[in-house]
Amino acid sequence: MSDIALTPSASVTPIPLGEVLPWAIFGGLIMLLAIYFIGAEEGAMSLFSGMYVHEFVHDGRHLLGFPCH
Amino acid sequence: MTRDLLIRGMIVGVIAGLLAFGFARVFGEPQVDHAIAFEEKMSQAAGAAAEPELVTRATQAGIGLFTGIVVYSAALGGLFSLVFAFVHGRVSSLSPRSTAALLALAGFVAIVLVPCIKYPMNPPAVGSPDTIGARTELFFVMLVVSLGALAAAVGLAKRLYAQHGAWNATLIAGAAYVVFIALVQYLLPAINEVPEQFSPTVLWNFRVASLGIHVIVWTTLGLLFGALAERVLAGQRPRYRLQAAR
Repeated sequence: MSDIALTPSASVTPIPLGEVLPWAIFGGLIMLLAIYFIGAEEGAMSLFSGMYVHEFVHDGRHLLGFPCH
Repeated sequence: MTRDLLIRGMIVGVIAGLLAFGFARVFGEPQVDHAIAFEEKMSQAAGAAAEPELVTRATQAGIGLFTGIVVYSAALGGLFSLVFAFVHGRVSSLSPRSTAALLALAGFVAIVLVPCIKYPMNPPAVGSPDTIGARTELFFVMLVVSLGALAAAVGLAKRLYAQHGAWNATLIAGAAYVVFIALVQYLLPAINEVPEQFSPTVLWNFRVASLGIHVIVWTTLGLLFGALAERVLAGQRPRYRLQAAR
């Protein structure tokens, strides 16, 4: 809290870490998994065999800038 | 509080994804089609049999593209809101709207701009399938280094703040970030797998379209999420006052 006392506009109260962390860990994991499936599954790495996921999101993967094939 | 921000982040992400999908459909797809036409011409000239289509082009350019961009964007919006929840009042003492706008600008630079300067987005037909493993690794190494360097630069700026003031602290930390990134990009191996006869116009248009998609996503995240977050965080204050009065 001391750093807040030092900053000129002390009116901004941060959200307590204990409140952010559970959401950050659980939510962050799910978000990263989603991005993995859009960006890299069945390209460089494969959790599923086959090419369906790769082919389905093919255009999105190229246009979002992920290395595709 | 974090829950409210996370939900709004994901909703804003979906909206950003819808806008980006519209843009990608109009400006990105024609370039993908040109690239695929080139790819087919080359494989025909090489005498290779046409690859069987697992997913039709219409599906790839329609629901596939839609799913890819909207899911990516929603997930990015969720991550954005979580970083915002941590940063607000802790790293930044600005208003929620300003914090969100600056966070989006920083995110765009560190996640999109810096990695794509070294390893730019490539249309179909560019890139050999044999090197996909190495290319993906290098791309994610660049991404992680860029994000780490950004976090370090923000930390540096905070340290210098007391002694040098906000303006100079930001300039020094920004310069340190640029120099570090330039060094990393100089040291990382270059990848150039653009076929010789590939149209430079298609390549340029494809990359501009791709950059446009990201600009739309990050602008929407920064501005729309900021507006919503400001309302969420403002709504919290009266409750605090009530508790204090008791």
